[in-house]
Amino acid sequence: MATTIEPAVAPSAKSGAEPLLAIRKVAKSFGKSPVLRDISLQIAEGEFLTILGESGSGKTTLLRIIAGFESANSGEILMEGQRLDLLPPYRRRVNTVFQHYALFPHLTVEQNVGYGLRVARLPKNEIKARVSEALAMVKMTAFASAKPANISGGQQQRIALARALVNRPRLLLLDEPLSALDANLRRQMQVELKSLQREVGISFVFVTHDQEEAMVMSDRIALLRMGELEQVDSPREIYGRPATAYAAQFIGHTNLLRGEVRAGIARCNSLSWKVGLPDGPALFSLRPENIRWASSPTGGSDINVVQFRGKIQHQAFHGATELLQIVCDDGLNLSVRTATRESRHGDLHLEFSPADAVPVRESAERG
Amino acid sequence: MFSRAYRAAITLPPLLWVGLFLLVPYALLLCYSFWSVSPSQAIVRAWTLDNYRELFRVNVYLQTLFRSMWIAARVMIFSLLLGYPLAYYLSFYAGARKDLFYQLVIIPLWVSYLVRAYAWKTILGSDGVLNTLLQYVHLTKHPLEFLLYSPFAVVLTLTHIYTPFAILPIYASLEHIPRNLVEASQDLGASPLQTFWRVILPLSIPGVLAGATFAFVLSLGDFLAPLLLGGPGGIMISNIVVSLFGAAYNWPLGAAISLSMLLLVLALLLLSEKVEKKWSFR
Repeated sequence: MATTIEPAVAPSAKSGAEPLLAIRKVAKSFGKSPVLRDISLQIAEGEFLTILGESGSGKTTLLRIIAGFESANSGEILMEGQRLDLLPPYRRRVNTVFQHYALFPHLTVEQNVGYGLRVARLPKNEIKARVSEALAMVKMTAFASAKPANISGGQQQRIALARALVNRPRLLLLDEPLSALDANLRRQMQVELKSLQREVGISFVFVTHDQEEAMVMSDRIALLRMGELEQVDSPREIYGRPATAYAAQFIGHTNLLRGEVRAGIARCNSLSWKVGLPDGPALFSLRPENIRWASSPTGGSDINVVQFRGKIQHQAFHGATELLQIVCDDGLNLSVRTATRESRHGDLHLEFSPADAVPVRESAERG
Repeated sequence: MFSRAYRAAITLPPLLWVGLFLLVPYALLLCYSFWSVSPSQAIVRAWTLDNYRELFRVNVYLQTLFRSMWIAARVMIFSLLLGYPLAYYLSFYAGARKDLFYQLVIIPLWVSYLVRAYAWKTILGSDGVLNTLLQYVHLTKHPLEFLLYSPFAVVLTLTHIYTPFAILPIYASLEHIPRNLVEASQDLGASPLQTFWRVILPLSIPGVLAGATFAFVLSLGDFLAPLLLGGPGGIMISNIVVSLFGAAYNWPLGAAISLSMLLLVLALLLLSEKVEKKWSFR
């Protein structure tokens, strides 16, 4: 699984102080089909927030509403307490890194980066100084006089970033900027982008459909599904404590256990464990890596551990780990992730801790 | 992949076409331009440079050529001034009516050139629609004579006829501008006007050049509009060529003038292509 790059400096205003950006009950529909329903979201000063969702979830529309290319049907957006959504895009202190970079083909790299400063009619020497500073920041000084058509995709991506950051926006929007890069470059850019964000201290709103990317880079992830926020939390929180079945499945890999709670005991097929939930049907998310080989087979389940037997149906080699498809003796199918070096065969004894079976809702509350 | 016979069979017709209807006539034209006419009006097939000397010696030829270029230049400028805003509106603001407006630009091209030229005759004449109207509302007492049979009438008519030829390439180049560039410009703080000057106009230069070239070259070689509406002051170089090949029966001189025009136009096309290359980025 992806590793989170720990922030060197924690985002300043996680709580208490006024958020940099407040999205309040924003709704948008194209024709009759709703794209966003009552989205409320706050972005703190210096925060790296990722809007994560599948295609068609409305994530790009939300970004375009913040940038000003679309207008919401209802709701409002405030930046530092002032209405942002009433301003035209060119008056917002927000800059965007576009999905396909949108570099001006008739301008050189240098002219592209200096575009925002030139239209703002800054003095020539200041433009020059800030452009070369921005080019140095993305390590593209050597390409200052090249045309966009003559540099690689990764380089264009850096220029798009420099072109946006040189204006010192309050907020930087990034619309799947890494999606066109190949896997290696992509991983490298994830790290660079994250450390760059820490360096400049500007809030980033990053849109992606790639959950691994979201986990690696973000302070918080806003998971969007069919125009509604499913969960907004830190990557660790959202992975460890998914709020809904969708969140659990979309972020990482999981087993969903459908069961019944009665008198503080959850039952799923032949498995049972103690829970602090009210009676009724319940759904649990159990991560494959939280299922392990049973240390001392007791044959049943006690309070601290749930044990069961099963057989390997399918085995997928992932390098350091293996993903096993297990059929339990009672017919339940489970995914189990184990370290490859601990690989076993035949009749298996497995267990998990009840604490790792996280109760999740079927879906986010609608309406 | 294909057999030799098949390739020969498909390349032969176009080759024959180009050969018979383009290369042979041009070769004949070239020959004629170096021949002469005897006093008894017979073609003398002996090489001479007299026709080209005549072209530069007799003032009326060069004067008419310059007048033609001046008329063509005005047509070009007016076509661009009219065509660019329309193409811009069509591409950026017409929305769902885009196709309708596009058809409206094209439809005049289906009407015979002659009909459109004659239409202007009925509008601009002394008893024409415009003069009648002006007198009816008492703006003028007598018909305005400069409206018809003047370079003005020729420029007006040619502008009407050739503006679609300017609109179409401009429209095409505007349609090719990725809209995210316009968004990027606004995102970086450029007002709509700044975006137009700094992004849209520069990226549409290839279309403007193509449109300008169409309007200029087509007008330069026109002979019907000046014939019908130009009067004595609105004669263009093609009218002289027509009369040299017709009534005057001096094919060699006509051929020399035609070839000079052709070279001029070719030079313009090459120039425009060169500039266009400098301004295209895809």
